Amino acid sequence: MSHSLVTMSYIVAAILFILSLSGLSNQESARKGNYYGMLGMAIAIIATTLSASVTVYSVLIAAIAIGGLIGAKAALKVEMTQMPELVAIMHSLVGLAAVLVGYANFMDSSISITGVEKTIHEVEIYIGILIGAVTFSGSVIAFGKLSEKINGKPLLLPGRHWLNLALLFAVIGLGAMFLQQTEAGGEAIIPLAIMTAIAVLFGIHMVMAIGGADMPVVISMLNSYSGWAAAATGFMLSNDLLIVTGALVGSSGAILSYIMCRAMNRHFLSVIAGGFGTSSGGEAAAIEGEVQPIEAEEVAKLLQDSKNIMIIPGYGMAVAQAQHTVNEITKLLRDKGKKVRFGIHPVAGRMPGHMNVLLAEAKVPYDIVFEMDEINEDFGNVDVSIVIGANDIVNPSALNDPNSPIAGMPVLECWKGETTIVLKRSMASGYAGVGNPLFVLDNTRMLFGDANTTMQAVLKALKG
Amino acid sequence: MKIGIPKEIHHGEMRVATTPEAAAQIIKLGFSISIESGAGLGANISDEAYKEAGVEIVADTQTLWKQSDIIMKVRAPELNLSLSLEETELLSPGATLISFIWPAQNEDLLNKLAAKGVTVLAMDSVPRMSRAQKLDALSSMANIAGYRAIVEAAQHFGRFFTGQITAAGKIPPAKVLVIGAGVAGLAAIGTAKGMGAIVRSFDTRPEVKEQIESMDAEFLMLDFKEEGAGAGGYAKTMSKEFIDAEMALFAEQAKEVDIIVTTALIPGRPAPKLITAEMVASMKAGSVIVDLAAEQGGNCELTEKDQVVVKHDVTIIGYTNLPSRLANQSSQLYATNLRHLLTELSPEKNGLLNINFDDEVIRGTTVIKEGAITWPAPPPKLSAAPAQQAAQASTEVVAEPKKSFLPPVVQQLLPIVIAGLVLFGIGAVAPESFMTHFTVFVLACFVGYQVIWNVSHSLHTPLMSVTNAISSIIVIGAVVQVSTANNTVTILAGSAILLASINIFGGFLVTRRMLEMFRK
Repeated sequence: MSHSLVTMSYIVAAILFILSLSGLSNQESARKGNYYGMLGMAIAIIATTLSASVTVYSVLIAAIAIGGLIGAKAALKVEMTQMPELVAIMHSLVGLAAVLVGYANFMDSSISITGVEKTIHEVEIYIGILIGAVTFSGSVIAFGKLSEKINGKPLLLPGRHWLNLALLFAVIGLGAMFLQQTEAGGEAIIPLAIMTAIAVLFGIHMVMAIGGADMPVVISMLNSYSGWAAAATGFMLSNDLLIVTGALVGSSGAILSYIMCRAMNRHFLSVIAGGFGTSSGGEAAAIEGEVQPIEAEEVAKLLQDSKNIMIIPGYGMAVAQAQHTVNEITKLLRDKGKKVRFGIHPVAGRMPGHMNVLLAEAKVPYDIVFEMDEINEDFGNVDVSIVIGANDIVNPSALNDPNSPIAGMPVLECWKGETTIVLKRSMASGYAGVGNPLFVLDNTRMLFGDANTTMQAVLKALKG
Repeated sequence: MKIGIPKEIHHGEMRVATTPEAAAQIIKLGFSISIESGAGLGANISDEAYKEAGVEIVADTQTLWKQSDIIMKVRAPELNLSLSLEETELLSPGATLISFIWPAQNEDLLNKLAAKGVTVLAMDSVPRMSRAQKLDALSSMANIAGYRAIVEAAQHFGRFFTGQITAAGKIPPAKVLVIGAGVAGLAAIGTAKGMGAIVRSFDTRPEVKEQIESMDAEFLMLDFKEEGAGAGGYAKTMSKEFIDAEMALFAEQAKEVDIIVTTALIPGRPAPKLITAEMVASMKAGSVIVDLAAEQGGNCELTEKDQVVVKHDVTIIGYTNLPSRLANQSSQLYATNLRHLLTELSPEKNGLLNINFDDEVIRGTTVIKEGAITWPAPPPKLSAAPAQQAAQASTEVVAEPKKSFLPPVVQQLLPIVIAGLVLFGIGAVAPESFMTHFTVFVLACFVGYQVIWNVSHSLHTPLMSVTNAISSIIVIGAVVQVSTANNTVTILAGSAILLASINIFGGFLVTRRMLEMFRK
């Protein structure tokens, strides 16, 4: 295949990728969009394989076959509640691949360029490997935290900001050394290897310092990094398709991070610098009062007597796998002519859109699932709100206690409704470690226990 | 422990202290319940219904009293005429009695009970705290009384409540004045409003203005400054000047309104006389007064306890058993209040009572503990109307804006300046070939920016998995390197292809799986 033809295929692939992302603007076009993405990927790979630069096929085909098999198996087996983990580990693969491609390119002696172009090429290799390594190690730690193999609490080393700064200077210094050595015609592998090690450490340190509630930001940030890693590789290889795709993914992740930060009223930098709730000035007001427990049968009665019901799911629903029971209750109530809606906070769960996917899995129709901004005004008309395993996203102190660590974060104002029922395993505070005055309000009732068990009890009582 | 529910003996009392629903819940707490045969008939609950809920039916009154560790009643103990025995005598020693007691008015009864060495919890002494609301029987009974007051008024009132324009002429709406906007007053307001009347209300406590207005009634303002909220959220006695101003207001209103419902009570004191005989005389013929304070002497001078009298062509209703006239409803609520009290008293759910005096609610409710009179309890610390605290809290909420070293203009311009400098720097040194790639890069970032903002929030997870898949386009970089002669490079590139393919297949397939699930 001629060089021009390959380039033309790349243009087509790039357009298909853009269509794939723009397809996600609504549920109907999203499925078509995904096929565009697959088609684009297939065109790009086939065109590259048929180009003049590829002559040996055995390794190539074997690698794709094995990788494809593993990937397909993982994709079909994964539980919807484990999506955040899957996404995190896939980010790490992109990062690692970028590192490997960078090293391969560095060692490839067949490239012959000189002067400024050579310097730029070396810089590109250096940066590509740097971003790839950070993405890789950061994603592995994020995976560990999400699958609870690593403690979700932020690990705060003393003087961690200085440590990060020192690492940054070390990376710049090593970069200078690396360039000098390559100019001199040397091997320069040592500074590159040290830099990779530092980048890996940096990635680990960065994600270790971030608390569980900030995970949606981290995941989208790593998503963005994996894109920039691809773009850097594109510069390195002078490949426009990689640059375009990398830039698309990079900006997508950046926008997602921005949306998540705004949903928590947090500065992007303060999330990345880590340490939730350590910087606030005064003591947050202590929560006083007593919670009022309720039994499942009473909840069922309450639901039967109400017209307008709002369900607010949180991470607890994912943990308890309660989405199917919730859907059955929803169906039952809707059959009885009640208005049931879902209110989703942007950072509910551990990754952007986590709750939507779980509800979709349980076959909750998506036209009764609403975003926070769409329904927050409406809580005055709601008879019963059911909060399932959520805490910080329904915390009134975010609005009225300036000393609260989550002050200023927009929250679902369920307490404005007639009654709020909170499903909770125990009286422990949420991931942010913040007490929640909602639980002791007069119109709040607490239903203790595992969300799935209690929801099933409610379902039984509703049927019987 | 065994709980006994005797039949109420007070004349005209139709309520019963438990219902089958509440009994079933109490049994879950570990207690066993017996009920005197026919106790529920007044509230339309048959013995069979109790039996189904697991309650034992006892035919003989004395047996029931004797065998029970806990007696739950509605009315305070009194003389049982058919047995010619005081109910206090029937209590077995060491037993616990839970009922209305009114210790302030019934000192003799209190002493008699103390002499028996029993424990007594008075449902009228539940402290007014938000936590205790679920066992506040006074409120639940007052709610019913307020509703029933309007129903009684409607029966004796010769006109519609709601205004209508019919073919036969125009009917003006009835005007209702509710004095005292406590629980009963608010219930009366809601009921009258629901029937279409024009409702006005007056209360000495200014903080209830909002509650009255929230029920869509008009709050009558008095041009006089005095705080009327006493301890525990109840009203207190007002100064003479205030009362004069108040009476002038009522005299003026009496000429205009058709129905007056009075609910003014001050705890432990006779009801204040608010409606004088002259005011009654000034009312239109056919008007109705419902005096909910009749038990404590009445708010109207002409009220006769337990009677309906017509004076100056105005019907004055002085029933004291309004909740009993809605016996099923009030039994249900009272039974639920009792059940909540038992839940508080038996936190272990083991069917044993734990009279814990460290608990403010239990402390307040208990008037006699094992023969020792513990009434009155120290006042609860939490008032139902902490108006000043609330005001303070709201001023604290105003957060101070963060200070910054840089003036805002510089802050806004800084990123733009830095970005410009960086672009300039790159442009100054970079060769031609880099610049073409850079152009592509910057444009692609912009396209990405435009496209991603349109992505639906609910599809953020599929967005991440699909971008994950397409960022594996990095595989192209590995594919072009895999065919070199250098073995290390081949191995590196091969591994990269493997990793990236996991991602490509995994990412696209899992996205497809997710998107298939999104259905209307």
